[in-house]
Amino acid sequence: MALQDIQVSGNKDTRSGFGDGILEAARKNENVVALTADLAGSMKLQGFMKEFPERFVQVGIAEANMIGIAAGLTIGGKIPFTTTFANFSTGRVYDQIRQSVAYSDKNVKICASHAGLTLGEDGATHQILEDIGLMKMLPGMTVIVPCDYNQTKQATMAAAEFHGPLYLRFGRPVWPIFTKPEDEFVIGKAQKFSDGTDVTIFACGHMVWYAIQAGLQLQEKGISVEVINIHTIKPLDEEAVLASIKKTKCAVTAEEHNIIGGLGDSIAQVAAKNFPIPIEMVGTKDTFGESGKPVELLKKYGLDVADIVAAAEKVMSRK
Amino acid sequence: MENIRYDNRKKLYAVKTIPLQKSFSLSNLLHFKPLFLLALPATFKTMAELKEIATQLRRDIVRMVHGCQSGHPGGSLGCTDFLAALYFKVMKHDPAFNMDAKGEDLFFLSNGHISPVFYATLARSGYFPVSELASFRKLNTRLQGHPTTHEHLPGVRIASGSLGQGLSVAIGAAYTKRLNKENTVVYSLHGDGELQEGQIWEAVMFAAHHKMDNLIATVDWNGQQIDGPTAKVMSLGDLKAKFEAFGWETLIIEDGNDMDQVVAGLEKAKTFVGKGKPIVNLMVTAMGKGVDFMEGSHEWHGIAPNDEQLAKALAQLGETSLGDY
Ligand SMILES: Cc1ncc(C[n+]2csc(CCOP(=O)(O)OP(=O)(O)O)c2C)c(N)n1
Ligand SMILES: [Mg+2]
Repeated sequence: MALQDIQVSGNKDTRSGFGDGILEAARKNENVVALTADLAGSMKLQGFMKEFPERFVQVGIAEANMIGIAAGLTIGGKIPFTTTFANFSTGRVYDQIRQSVAYSDKNVKICASHAGLTLGEDGATHQILEDIGLMKMLPGMTVIVPCDYNQTKQATMAAAEFHGPLYLRFGRPVWPIFTKPEDEFVIGKAQKFSDGTDVTIFACGHMVWYAIQAGLQLQEKGISVEVINIHTIKPLDEEAVLASIKKTKCAVTAEEHNIIGGLGDSIAQVAAKNFPIPIEMVGTKDTFGESGKPVELLKKYGLDVADIVAAAEKVMSRK
Repeated sequence: MENIRYDNRKKLYAVKTIPLQKSFSLSNLLHFKPLFLLALPATFKTMAELKEIATQLRRDIVRMVHGCQSGHPGGSLGCTDFLAALYFKVMKHDPAFNMDAKGEDLFFLSNGHISPVFYATLARSGYFPVSELASFRKLNTRLQGHPTTHEHLPGVRIASGSLGQGLSVAIGAAYTKRLNKENTVVYSLHGDGELQEGQIWEAVMFAAHHKMDNLIATVDWNGQQIDGPTAKVMSLGDLKAKFEAFGWETLIIEDGNDMDQVVAGLEKAKTFVGKGKPIVNLMVTAMGKGVDFMEGSHEWHGIAPNDEQLAKALAQLGETSLGDY
């Protein structure tokens, strides 16, 4: 496996992967139900609504109600997918998720678009950078952050087959598609894009693409880089993490999330408990976001390809 | 007075020796002095002047959303007459901006997505230079996609954007005014779709129970939200009966895009201040008012016009003596 062999097959938003994935899942399983809180279009549910109008539930702008209704729908065997922006999917309804979904162990799929800085111009009120942390802290919650259109589609379909509360995080911008539809996707199993010996880059979501670009730049400098996509933040593939860091002895994490509470924290905890190594974290540094164009914002907040490269060079020097 | 706060831009905890609002209003004065000539005093406007202001605000709105190719023109255009009436006629307020607003009437925008009309109104009232409207939604702007106090834009007293929270905040501010024995009014604006949020009804119940009679809430009753007509998405039922049943003085403004009716409606609402009940105006508006191809449809809730559409919109609105930013 080599980074230079990765090919871009197109560009699409990950939320369209969700929309296409839930449609496929609904065709396969008649128990799949989609709920939304006045964001059917943004969540790319048009196909689902057309084909399965009776399994589409519009709750209006009432996210707390949506989570409760979803919890109730599971009693009797439905598989509800709640859909709204990531901020309104998590922070807005934390206790509803905590009590009625997580603690009650209900098979609800909380599907969240417009996560992170790349939401863009709507700004900080909508740009949640804390949701991975909020969700991963809930006992029994599975947390998935797929990296491109294809993988979001796969993850959505896998979510329908997986039993238990699950948080699926994706985004708004058009982004390169670089995984293949036939790539293996298993919840809880990390995806390795390259083998390396000098440094590991763990990334999730949109940042996987940037990690690959950073890996290519580092390779040109003669550095051997292992790029690993941690699409499942919880349960974390500890085996894959440990196998890699035992080889490279240092790591960079990259995520569109606060470095407090996100992927970086999860990796650091596994390392600290089993095999302490230097780690550098690329992510937002305990700050809210702001309005701007997605790529502009990634740059301003230190989530650019160059930031990953710099973090890799720094972490190697700390070995 | 010392105050310690976290500076988001500098990523530092900083100690300020002067109260924040004061430093900001001072810097405003220094920066923006020439523009105060353009600023309109907030009182004694004639109807003709108010209508002209509304037209200019509409021009500002479509130019702002066009400039960044994002934002929410529909609700903004529908609420333009209301905001013009409030800031240029009805409210007692000071564009020098002090967060605590002692002795001033207050306004809270709960449906924060209509920030274009809010920002245009604040700028044209003299809170900050109208030229700054060009920075709307662009990187490093104070004019964030949704209103925020984080960037210290004069005129904004609470962040909004996540719907359903503003009525509670308005009640809190009205409660403070009551505790401070002030004879002033707190105004708020809410989307009709926004009323689907449960928190709104928690606040509605509280306001009646606590006899918040220095509060005038207004609902932008345009019958539209993102996914379609409100009646289809999640029917609000008999809104008037609902507010009345909760114990509110419930008034209707039949045409919230007719300046005479808006001013009369707000003046009438004021006559109920101090009578023991919170007051609500159910204000019928047309989303996208003033630009024919945007009018009355949820399609223009949150998309920006292209160059051609902008030209068409501006031609329909016509120029004003105030001039574009
Ligand atoms: C809590 C929350 N949920 C969802 C959204 C997304 N959203 C923004 S505006 C809007 C529709 C609001 O409808 P309405 O209040 O009627 O405003 P209008 O469309 O008429 O301007 C929605 C669902 C939001 N901003 N906040
Ligand atoms: Mg509406």
